[in-house]
Amino acid sequence: MEPEKDNQQKSRRNFVEQGLKFGLLTAASGALLAKVFGKSESLDSEETIEVMSTDGTLMQVPASAVEHAHEKKSDYNPREGFPNRKFVMVVDLAKCRNAKKCQSSCNKNHYITGENAWIKIYKMQESEKSAPYWQPTLCQHCDEPACVKVCPVDATFKRRDGIVLIDNNRCIGCRFCMAACPYSVRVFNWSDTWQGDAVEQTAYTPDYAGVPSQKGTVDKCDFCPHMIDKGELPHCVSACPNDVFSFGDMYEDTVTNGSGQSFKLSKLLKDRAGYRLMESLGTEPSVYYLPPSDRIVDFEEGLENYTEFQSVDKPQEP
Amino acid sequence: MNTAYEKMINDLAPKQFSWKGNIWVAFLVLVILAGMYSYVQQLKSGLVITGMRDYALWGIYISNFVFFVAVSLVGSLITAILRLSGVHWSTPLTRISEIIAVAAIIMAGITIIIDMGRPDRMLNLFLHGRLQSPILWDVIVITTYLVISLLLLYYPLLPDFSILKKHPNHTGRLDKWYDRLSLNWSGNEKQVRIHAISLQALSIMIIPVAFAIHTVTAWLFETTYRPGWDSTNFGPYFIAGAFVAGSGAVVVVMFVLRKLYNLEDYITDDHFDKMGKVLVLLCLVYLYFNINEYLIPTYKSTEEEAVHLQSLFKGQYAGLFWTVIIGGLILPVIILLFPKGRKPLPLFMVALAVVLGAWWKRYLIVIPTLSHPFLPIEGVPEAWRHYSPTWMEWTITAATLASALLIITLLVRFLPIIPIHETAEERGLIEDQSINQSL
Repeated sequence: MEPEKDNQQKSRRNFVEQGLKFGLLTAASGALLAKVFGKSESLDSEETIEVMSTDGTLMQVPASAVEHAHEKKSDYNPREGFPNRKFVMVVDLAKCRNAKKCQSSCNKNHYITGENAWIKIYKMQESEKSAPYWQPTLCQHCDEPACVKVCPVDATFKRRDGIVLIDNNRCIGCRFCMAACPYSVRVFNWSDTWQGDAVEQTAYTPDYAGVPSQKGTVDKCDFCPHMIDKGELPHCVSACPNDVFSFGDMYEDTVTNGSGQSFKLSKLLKDRAGYRLMESLGTEPSVYYLPPSDRIVDFEEGLENYTEFQSVDKPQEP
Repeated sequence: MNTAYEKMINDLAPKQFSWKGNIWVAFLVLVILAGMYSYVQQLKSGLVITGMRDYALWGIYISNFVFFVAVSLVGSLITAILRLSGVHWSTPLTRISEIIAVAAIIMAGITIIIDMGRPDRMLNLFLHGRLQSPILWDVIVITTYLVISLLLLYYPLLPDFSILKKHPNHTGRLDKWYDRLSLNWSGNEKQVRIHAISLQALSIMIIPVAFAIHTVTAWLFETTYRPGWDSTNFGPYFIAGAFVAGSGAVVVVMFVLRKLYNLEDYITDDHFDKMGKVLVLLCLVYLYFNINEYLIPTYKSTEEEAVHLQSLFKGQYAGLFWTVIIGGLILPVIILLFPKGRKPLPLFMVALAVVLGAWWKRYLIVIPTLSHPFLPIEGVPEAWRHYSPTWMEWTITAATLASALLIITLLVRFLPIIPIHETAEERGLIEDQSINQSL
């Protein structure tokens, strides 16, 4: 268990760093690639790193040949997001067996004290004759978000990097966004709950949702900008034991799963016939689903974990 | 002087409450105090004291809000639409309907604040308001409607205040106030002209604002994707329903006031007959929109709509749904088609049923839809699947209704319930007088 975990964390740490490199290659395109290949022949002994070209081929290039794209930390503004990024998630339904590690990890790391988790694993079945499957569902971070459209005070907003967040210091608690969201992912803080000393004293920022939560305002999945900032994957992605989730950048056309494997997004969606939830509503979600065909897990396995009336563990001591 | 005119002033001047009136006011104040106690609890603990949760995210606060907005629309119908179309029989009812409109719209504004999770941040609506949000449209039209309604209540009062001022035996200590509020109305030609033009302008202005206020309230629901709300019929459907609710309220209030203040000379059986005809017409229009709203989605029965409609027709809400449709709409239509049904007492009973039906109809519009989201309801306590208001929520809601009644009661206490000047003018009692004064 231990070494595997280490490995995973390392790969997670590498995630953004590599992402930056991919991004650079995409931007600088041909000219830079030529430079890289020119050098690579003479510098065989040097340390190499793996990069992906724009057409999705993986290749080894010397580390020294790759320049880091610089993102100045001072440019970052929680309302604008990370410059030149567009985050995207892929959920592989063929792999989900309702282990619920995504949920417990999310609950734990966002200090969720209410009774409704931000990520739920729905027991789905399209029709009586078709097979049931498990569908992890979190905020879809829509590009045409119905919630943002209706917010009267600009408390919930869409960032340039694709993430939809809530400014809990501004939210007036009208719950119109919750009525507007067709995915039922928004959660209201009906009361003031104790999240522990450390959280209660943390300074609030919109890009770490729920830390601390505020009575009378709306919360939801934030796509974990606080993890992206550290170069790590969102909690649900890294917690999943079955690599159901992959997270990445649309501009880089790459997504990475919890084990650190990267995939070319466009190819993955094409090969596996990816789709989005309620596409017909025109909300343009950033979360893609891969259909639960050729499943490598047994649906039945998840049933023992299934709790119809509970998604957050009750606290041990009040 | 003109004895008929004197008698009229005598009849219509505001009167002190009898013991009944005092008990009524005390009762209302008690209900309001209970509601305020509950609201303080809500401020302390949050909306957790209500029956609302993440799925049933709106409850009776919102349906009550829609009810208030609906009732307030009657002001524009009776004072503006009937005035502009040259109908004169409704003149004695204009004050009553304008008082109801003002009370209802004030309480609509307060009710929506009660529903807010963070009422302390209300200023954000002005500091960070987004014009793209229907809530902002609602804020704008409700305040506009309130201002125009207050003016429509106040302008016709100017000559009445001046009459009351001149008859201090009716007013006691209040005549100083009537004097101030009459803004030196003397009824001279210039004043009369400005007055007439202003009333005309306000009557024209209030109609689009009235339509806007209820259309926008419908849009609060219609702009979402949810089955039961996702309808292009909602704007006109809400307006039609609003006229029904408001006219019902006017009938109820005019019946009670006529009884209490012996106003049979001013609010005649003929008024009831005519209001009964107005109500039956409005009910038929509303019935038409209801058929559109329910029949066509039933015919198509898309999966989501079918689940929603089943819960209304045969499921959990069926009892309430059919009671409201039959008792609050179909039976009133049948009863009011007969002249006997439009006699004061039967009409009063029908109107009471219509108003009660209208309140519960809003409940049926707001709540059932929320229990049928697109994705299954999972991972929340079983109790969250069904909304039932808590007693605290009921107390607060009862307090808003009591507040509206208290506003109406107090305005009835201090204002002439029937416009004295206008009624006298229409009966030809004061033509000479106004000419004398302008000289």
